[in-house]
Amino acid sequence: MTPPHDGFPGLVELARLVASKEVGSAELVKQALERAHTSAGLNAFVSLFDEDALARAHRIDERVAAGEDVGPLAGVPIALKDNICLDRGRTTCASRFLEHYESPFSATAARRLEEAGAVVIGKTNLDEFAMGSSCEHSAFGACRNPWDQTRVPGGSSGGSASAVAAGVVALALGSDTGGSIRQPASLCGIVGFKPTYGRISRWGLVAFASSLDQIGPMTRSVEDAALAFGVMAGFDPKDSTSSESAPPPDLMESLGEAPKQARVAVPKQARGAGVDSRTLAVFEEAVRSLEGAGVKVEEVDLAHTEAGIAAYYLVATAEASSNLARFDGIRYGRRADGETLEDVYVRSRSEGFGPEVQRRILLGTHVLSSGYYDAYYNTALKTRRVIKAGYDAVFGQGFDAVLSPACPSPAFGIGEKLGSDDPLALYYEDVFTVGANLAGLPGVTVPAGFTPPPNGLPVGVQLVGPAFAERSLLQLASLAERALGVERRVAVSN
Amino acid sequence: MSDALTPEDVKKIARLARLEVPEGDLERVGRELSAILGYAERLQGLDLEGVEPMAHVGDQMNRLDADEPGEAFDNQTVMGLAPDGLEPFIRVPRVLGEGGGA
Repeated sequence: MTPPHDGFPGLVELARLVASKEVGSAELVKQALERAHTSAGLNAFVSLFDEDALARAHRIDERVAAGEDVGPLAGVPIALKDNICLDRGRTTCASRFLEHYESPFSATAARRLEEAGAVVIGKTNLDEFAMGSSCEHSAFGACRNPWDQTRVPGGSSGGSASAVAAGVVALALGSDTGGSIRQPASLCGIVGFKPTYGRISRWGLVAFASSLDQIGPMTRSVEDAALAFGVMAGFDPKDSTSSESAPPPDLMESLGEAPKQARVAVPKQARGAGVDSRTLAVFEEAVRSLEGAGVKVEEVDLAHTEAGIAAYYLVATAEASSNLARFDGIRYGRRADGETLEDVYVRSRSEGFGPEVQRRILLGTHVLSSGYYDAYYNTALKTRRVIKAGYDAVFGQGFDAVLSPACPSPAFGIGEKLGSDDPLALYYEDVFTVGANLAGLPGVTVPAGFTPPPNGLPVGVQLVGPAFAERSLLQLASLAERALGVERRVAVSN
Repeated sequence: MSDALTPEDVKKIARLARLEVPEGDLERVGRELSAILGYAERLQGLDLEGVEPMAHVGDQMNRLDADEPGEAFDNQTVMGLAPDGLEPFIRVPRVLGEGGGA
């Protein structure tokens, strides 16, 4: 069941090397930092913690030398999306507003990874406040796709996807509000896993849309995603929406168990208009491979797939307008001068937020405002329930997962969709991913293949499972990973 | 389909959002927001009769914590984050009386 790793060892192997003293953590961290610096043109990182990471790696090596068990991620270099707080360095959300913000605490997810032995080497680029699907809406410049640097890595967790696909780290955290882990994973040819809503604490994740946000791992294999998920998952009293149900204890051991008579549903909308023919070709090949591996694939009607985009953009922007009200220039972040308190608020926000963030705050403010609430926000919430019911019905028929392309097209050119002056062009990227957020379900992207030469761009497929069924979803993803057999996960040679 | 947002509408929304949209951008922003809202209006064509709005997927609402003091940041740490701090205060423009704007 060894996952393909392209000459780049995964988390399990790296931690084993460190724990068995075959390779020092300091050596791994140094290598990762070197690779991060030599691939600086990708603009995948907002900050790198060279000295701090090396110092921590040395301490881990000392503990290993002293015979201590340093944890399942012993000394492995990792990266965090820069909307996840760490108690050192800056947490910018790729925004001018938080350009110099230093968080006094670490997110629960980050703390749990560090307690398991991981070493954070840096913070990765994103669309400002995680609002975007291309990683072009960053105050620090667009991030690039390592498979083709003229193209976007997807977003919003584009920096994390780019760093993993460039072989810098084997694990980077992302956050997923409408597809921000799964879509960039697809565009960069890696695994991206958004667990069930509430599985991983959101404490220390800068909130975009609180009822949709979820942290998750971006890795080169399903096995690595499962390991990182297992470390991070579980109840956290600091997050009031954290689930109290215990995560599966035998996740890693059970990963190779092929689900008996697995049945997956393909929504007919997955083959609908608007899906790029190259993406569709890879998808159909993936369906055949899964069938060849004994998975029963049947078509279903997930009627409200496209309505999901509208519902999502109303719900997400409404919540964002409320969440981002905290950025007032008074207690932290950017402060502009003003004659009155009101002026300080308005100027700090108008100078600090980029155009896409402002657009979404305006939209969210409007849909929540008196006279429009029912027509927009409330209608979106009703649609949300209908969308969840659609998934429930599919799972109620005994399907283990819903299978679709992760997103409708392979990586597009930098500037290609931004220049179109039509925000909807970019929003359509999320057509297959928003449903899992609206319904709170776990979803995972697995690399499925590449578009034909000369471009050879990665394409991923997505599996969405029932709530809290991560164990069987990851088993299925692992089976898919083996059946689809995509060897290359890294865009450069080692 | 509702009417497109006018520059006046955008100004009003911006005021509510505590944002300032430059005069020259009002029309473009109105057009962009109207395009998204126009797209969203397709939801009104769905049969949503009798469907309860769902703001959250969680089954557990408002989990209450025990009222016990836990870890807290010290004042210095928190105050150190304020862009215009004057410990133990944060300096802001006049709020009350003449010139108070908020």
